[in-house]
Amino acid sequence: MSFSLKGVAFAHPDKPVFNRLDLDLPAGRFTGIIGPNGCGKTTLLDLICRHRIPQNGSVRYAGCSLDRYDRRTLARQIALVPQDYGINFPFTVQEMVFMGRYPHMPRFGVPSPDDVQRVQQVMADCDVLTFKDRPVTALSGGERQRVVFARALAQDTPVLILDEATANLDVCHALTLLDLVADLVSFQQRTVIGVFQDLNLAAAYSQELIMLRDGRVVAAGPTADVLTPANLKTVFDIDARVAVDDFTGRLQVRYKRGGRC
Amino acid sequence: MNEEPIAKRRHHSGLFFILLALVLLITISLSAGMGYMKIHWTVVLRVVGAHLTGITSWTADLDELMRVIIMDVRLPRILTAAAVGGGLALCGVVFQGILLNPLADPYTLGVSAGAAFGAALALLLNLSVAGAYSVPCFAFLGATATLMLVIYLSSSAGGANANNLILSGIIVAAILSAGISFLKFVADEQVAVIIFWLMGSFASKTWTDVGLTSVFLAVGAGVFLFYAKDLNLLCLGRRTAASLGVDARRVPWILLITASLVAAGCVAVSGIIGFVGLLVPHMMRTLVGPDNRRLLPFSMLSGAILLTWADTITRAVLPHEIPIGVLTALIGGPFFCYLFRKRQTGARGF
Repeated sequence: MSFSLKGVAFAHPDKPVFNRLDLDLPAGRFTGIIGPNGCGKTTLLDLICRHRIPQNGSVRYAGCSLDRYDRRTLARQIALVPQDYGINFPFTVQEMVFMGRYPHMPRFGVPSPDDVQRVQQVMADCDVLTFKDRPVTALSGGERQRVVFARALAQDTPVLILDEATANLDVCHALTLLDLVADLVSFQQRTVIGVFQDLNLAAAYSQELIMLRDGRVVAAGPTADVLTPANLKTVFDIDARVAVDDFTGRLQVRYKRGGRC
Repeated sequence: MNEEPIAKRRHHSGLFFILLALVLLITISLSAGMGYMKIHWTVVLRVVGAHLTGITSWTADLDELMRVIIMDVRLPRILTAAAVGGGLALCGVVFQGILLNPLADPYTLGVSAGAAFGAALALLLNLSVAGAYSVPCFAFLGATATLMLVIYLSSSAGGANANNLILSGIIVAAILSAGISFLKFVADEQVAVIIFWLMGSFASKTWTDVGLTSVFLAVGAGVFLFYAKDLNLLCLGRRTAASLGVDARRVPWILLITASLVAAGCVAVSGIIGFVGLLVPHMMRTLVGPDNRRLLPFSMLSGAILLTWADTITRAVLPHEIPIGVLTALIGGPFFCYLFRKRQTGARGF
């Protein structure tokens, strides 16, 4: 489902982030968001999953203002893989993944066979089945991130939001999970919106790309149109070349040494 | 690390629960028989049974004194201790979950300091507006006022976060302890009364105390169990909880305020009893896991059992009755050190 932000203004108590932001995120596409640290990427995700409420303007989801949805309904529409997943309590991996089914279960109900089956499936998909009975507190950062990823997939929502969801994963697991969500987009018309730090991962998976800087959209559109040396210069202040790589068949960003941040 | 038993233990939690409930009943019957006058536990059951069913023939051969001792002296005290133990343990689970901190306890937000200040004030000024219940009333008022101040200090546009709450609680509690010290200094001869209240006691509790604490406990348990699933998600942080369907602006407040009121009720009746609310949730978490749908009921029962035994020890086993708060701290403190050390050395302590 699509998101549409109109004239959105948002400020943290000590720091303005967005001032009259207009942005459309198309349905059924894999949209990547890139930009330097502190440019408002995570805040943007928070606004579209209604963890934060804009001080001005509107965020519409599927044509309807976000504040018309209650939290549970929203949790059946939008799933989030957060950036921070620190946890102090020893839930087992399986218990954690089952939490993704909470929005679909009645308050005092037990999981249905469908819930159980779904949880088994995503645990296999995310390669966490082998340690499903271990407490998450005993896992490594990357293993834990896969568990959180599995939980979001268990939520089985039309929209999946990734907040640097593969930052701690080894290459193989990162590719596996991103392939998985890319297939969800291609074959089930789901919508994925992902913040990336790695420009080449963003280039390889995003059909649409949004480049943010200082709370403004510098460029937005199909990845091939947006990912240009000029835009990279404006957004990140780097000298880069962009070309289709003959090995990967995808756009590849190469950059020279010499940051000026 | 041995993982198989974790899943197994959780699978048999129904059985374990019934077992704990039985242990609590046995604890209560045994405890009611212990004391200056020893009474056999079957006699205790007969007296209580006769009282509940109204069949007087069961106790026809017994001394009236026994009935009075059991029904009017010991049971009110034991049941109050059980209710307070259960309440403190429940609050501990909720506070640790909401504040994302396994070291939080029911007193983290300054409830105990507020109650102590209120009680000290009432004792010092000899206030008796509410008769025998003046001190508990003032303790409860002090605790709620403190809670409101802490919430006011820590709330911001985006709702209070866990660290702000903990910090505000510490600051307000520090100010109040200074206030209590001042009251003790001014109190002169009455200082003993204040000190004694602060250390906690279940001596001479009545059925009214049982009723009051049970109401607090029942309402609290109801609210907590209703939100048990939401509490599971809140243990993962507000952002995650919100993305999984929890109203992360409203639910944490409902739980925090309910837990603080239950803690305030417990403190008002019994004085300050530490470590139950910190230790019981820890022990239970290692036994039944962190899922609050299991953790809450198990902690409630274990808290009740633990505090009943602690009170029985000070009442009937030790040659001299020592304040219950001192006893729980003396036993609980070292035990907590042991758990903490176990975690440092890598074993599954928490």
